[in-house]
Amino acid sequence: MWIFGSRAWYKFSRNPLSVVGLGIVVVIVLAAAFAPFVTPYPQHARAFVDFANASLAPSSTYLLGTDVIGRDVLTRIIFGYRVSLMLGVVVLTIAVPIGVGLGLLAGYFGTRTETVIMRITDVFLAIPPLVLALAIMGFLEPTLMNAMIAVAAMWWPWYTRLVYNITRSLRHEGYVIAAEVVGASHLHMLLREILPNALPSILTKMTLDLGFVILIASSLSFLGLGVQPPTPDLGSMVAKGADYLPDIWWFPVFPGLAILVIVLGFNLLGDGLRDMLDVDF
Amino acid sequence: MPPLLEIENLHLKFKLYEGVSHVLNGVSLSVERGTRVAIVGESGCGKSVTARIILGLLQQRNATISGAIRFDGEEMLKNGRQLQRRLRGRRISMIFQDPSAALNPVFTVGDQLTTAIMRGGRAKKRKEAYVLAREALLQVHITDPERVLQSYPFQLSGGLNQRILITMALVNRPDLVLADEPGTALDVTVQEQTLRLMKNLTQEAGAAVLLITHNLGVVREFAHRVYVMYAGSIVEEADVATLFRDPQHPYTRALIAAVPRLTGAGLPKAIEGVVPDYTEPPVGCRFHPRCGFARPECKTKPPVADLGGGHRVACVLSQGIEPKELVDG
Amino acid sequence: MSFGSFVIRRLGASLIVLVGVSILIFGIARVIPGDPARIALGPTATPEMVEQLRDRLHLNESLPIQYWEFVKGVGGGDLGISLYTNRAVTTDLAQFFAATFELVLVAAFLMVVIGVPLGVLAARYRDGPIDNLARIISLLGVVTPSFVWAIFLMLLFAFLLGILPTAGRLSESAVVPASVTGMMLIDSILAGEWATLWNAAIHIILPATALSLSGIGQAARLTRANVAEAYSSQYIEMARAYAYSERSIAMKYALRPAMIPTLTILGLDFAAMLGNAFLVEAVFAWPGMARYGVQTILHKDINGIVGTVLVIATFFLIVNMIIDVVVSYLNPRIRLAARA
Repeated sequence: MWIFGSRAWYKFSRNPLSVVGLGIVVVIVLAAAFAPFVTPYPQHARAFVDFANASLAPSSTYLLGTDVIGRDVLTRIIFGYRVSLMLGVVVLTIAVPIGVGLGLLAGYFGTRTETVIMRITDVFLAIPPLVLALAIMGFLEPTLMNAMIAVAAMWWPWYTRLVYNITRSLRHEGYVIAAEVVGASHLHMLLREILPNALPSILTKMTLDLGFVILIASSLSFLGLGVQPPTPDLGSMVAKGADYLPDIWWFPVFPGLAILVIVLGFNLLGDGLRDMLDVDF
Repeated sequence: MPPLLEIENLHLKFKLYEGVSHVLNGVSLSVERGTRVAIVGESGCGKSVTARIILGLLQQRNATISGAIRFDGEEMLKNGRQLQRRLRGRRISMIFQDPSAALNPVFTVGDQLTTAIMRGGRAKKRKEAYVLAREALLQVHITDPERVLQSYPFQLSGGLNQRILITMALVNRPDLVLADEPGTALDVTVQEQTLRLMKNLTQEAGAAVLLITHNLGVVREFAHRVYVMYAGSIVEEADVATLFRDPQHPYTRALIAAVPRLTGAGLPKAIEGVVPDYTEPPVGCRFHPRCGFARPECKTKPPVADLGGGHRVACVLSQGIEPKELVDG
Repeated sequence: MSFGSFVIRRLGASLIVLVGVSILIFGIARVIPGDPARIALGPTATPEMVEQLRDRLHLNESLPIQYWEFVKGVGGGDLGISLYTNRAVTTDLAQFFAATFELVLVAAFLMVVIGVPLGVLAARYRDGPIDNLARIISLLGVVTPSFVWAIFLMLLFAFLLGILPTAGRLSESAVVPASVTGMMLIDSILAGEWATLWNAAIHIILPATALSLSGIGQAARLTRANVAEAYSSQYIEMARAYAYSERSIAMKYALRPAMIPTLTILGLDFAAMLGNAFLVEAVFAWPGMARYGVQTILHKDINGIVGTVLVIATFFLIVNMIIDVVVSYLNPRIRLAARA
């Protein structure tokens, strides 16, 4: 394929770990997308009870064992990935446009707009990340949608800060000033001159963040404040399984490892993109 | 008695993903005791890296160095790091190009200067070193050494910091000072002062200097002997007067033409083209793609012609082929 | 401007952010659709009960008046009554804060004393085995949620090896020292109860490690990057040219410039630690503020949540301020500019 011969691919693949990250992400996304076809017991994804096969250790029938009511842990992990990925994408879809928009405005217009936006951003950043999401969940029903809103609410300020810094440094670049001198509109300046230059950084950060959003969201559901049963969710599985330590160790350990692997995948992929796109933040 | 510094057939290669970069291609030079020698060439021709190899400062793992460097008769490359470390700051010192980058931003000048003195073995205690540092600063015409010693580099002007670098290079009374484009980062007046100061102080101390510069004009004022370097090879060497009177290599001529002049006709002439890529350098004489007198023979390794009096040149033109074109070149 | 007034100005800026935080958290509590009183009492409560609670929480007043009441309360050291424990929120927090403080402090200590030297070694022996080890530790530290670390560590050290306890701050048999600081390690030293000190130490080791691993990873990664950058600078090349020892370069001349950017960002990792304390305390049944916070959230205890968040944000701001002061002290450019 053409991409493997390109200079971009060379820069990306120079670090073999980036390729590993890409591999992890591709495998997980495909498995999650085709979960009903690739999992051994798709019916275990929802409410399902089979006490005869409850709490079985990993075996050839149940590769990662079964949980306390007899559901296949592997099946539920793959379906859990589905929820995680969806959640990650939705959170970033909400948070990134808000954060990027505010960052552009603050960096471009400066003066009072900048002061107001950046002070608000400071306030959000003064609350430790998970704590803000937890507090918001304190006033909302614990549902998947609300968890996504809570995580998005703590996430946007990071994009505001990133884009603000980029915009500020681009503001004084020759070509930006040149466009301004010939009378380009503010909208043109923001969307055509500045945003495209911020895009590599934004994309790289989004890739890294997809993993971290999944990590934070799994933390919420670990505390019982996210996805509710019977929807399979990695964080809830770890929480539930922790009650059965050490006897049924596979019940919390494999979902825990599953979180680690997906976050690792996005992290390595993001680092590879960083090398490929030559961004630095 | 052997020369103070003798470099013989020095090669440097970097292993890169794109291939092997052959940065130094058989450099040989020597510096006699108490003399001032210059290496001249465009930026990227391998001058700075030569100075770094002498002191063993080249840290890259992908570098291979071969050839010989003898200091005061002792072989440095074979005896390795130990010897280089023993010489550093004591018998060989180095003046870096940009004083704002070469001084540590979060330590005072006093800390850095006294550490250099103690590491050079001239003082055991910080207090003794401080006294020596004070004296040394007075010698470079710094009138308030106390204040300077207590200052951080960012509090002092570029010219002052440059003089601190000179002080550091001379304070341990070395036999050889490597000077990498001293003052080039600063304005022309400061640069001139720097060179004059260095010339006077090294002369008094009897130290030899290996000056690295891209500016032949500077060399005329400063050096006894010149090596012209292009793309990792010495293309011509001579004493200063000879080189300016009778330059042989087309590259030397181009460099001389590029020297800015206050008097005389015409503007300085820039050399067209750029220093080549070292992973796939031109075969034979590396200058031939930019040379106005290139001919087919240039694609083989140019022979070195000894013109007598230490004047040597590596160019086919000086091998009996009459360079008619050169006359009006 | 003196260094002192620089610190005071920094304090003022933090106070403004803190006011912002109070408005934000207050706003979240009041503006989110749904009646906090109704949510707190659950669907079985009668309208009268809800109305009563609304009165108690001043929910029938206008928003600015509610905020003013709230600020007055905070100023007087009153964060309202917890709906979950039925005690003053300040009393609850005072009781639970020390345990969290101790845990986070030990974790932060581990982060600095392990993460920073690891980063320095990795930068000094770049691409060698130590560097690779540091890379693996950083990567695993950063990508593994702290509750997963908590469970792994518990499984290994408490269940499998049986050498460390699974929960709490002390064994039941241990002599509880008189509470002076509320921190078990310090109180037992003050009381001279060495058995208790040992007991408290083996209890805090797993939760603090679980909490610190991501911080250790971040600290090592950052330190390595910044020290490596210092190493490639001209001033280190010059230090070598003047025969400075590799040891003093690593520990002094490369480390200090590298610590300036590193420390600033470590503040963020400290914030992450405060958030992760909620998870780790849950796993190890650590009787701290974060566990209390989770309970207030699960019980929709409006005053408890607001109080916990405010205290945590204040804690974080204070730590950040301390870091800022240390950084500006390390950086002569700021220190001397402030003095001039």
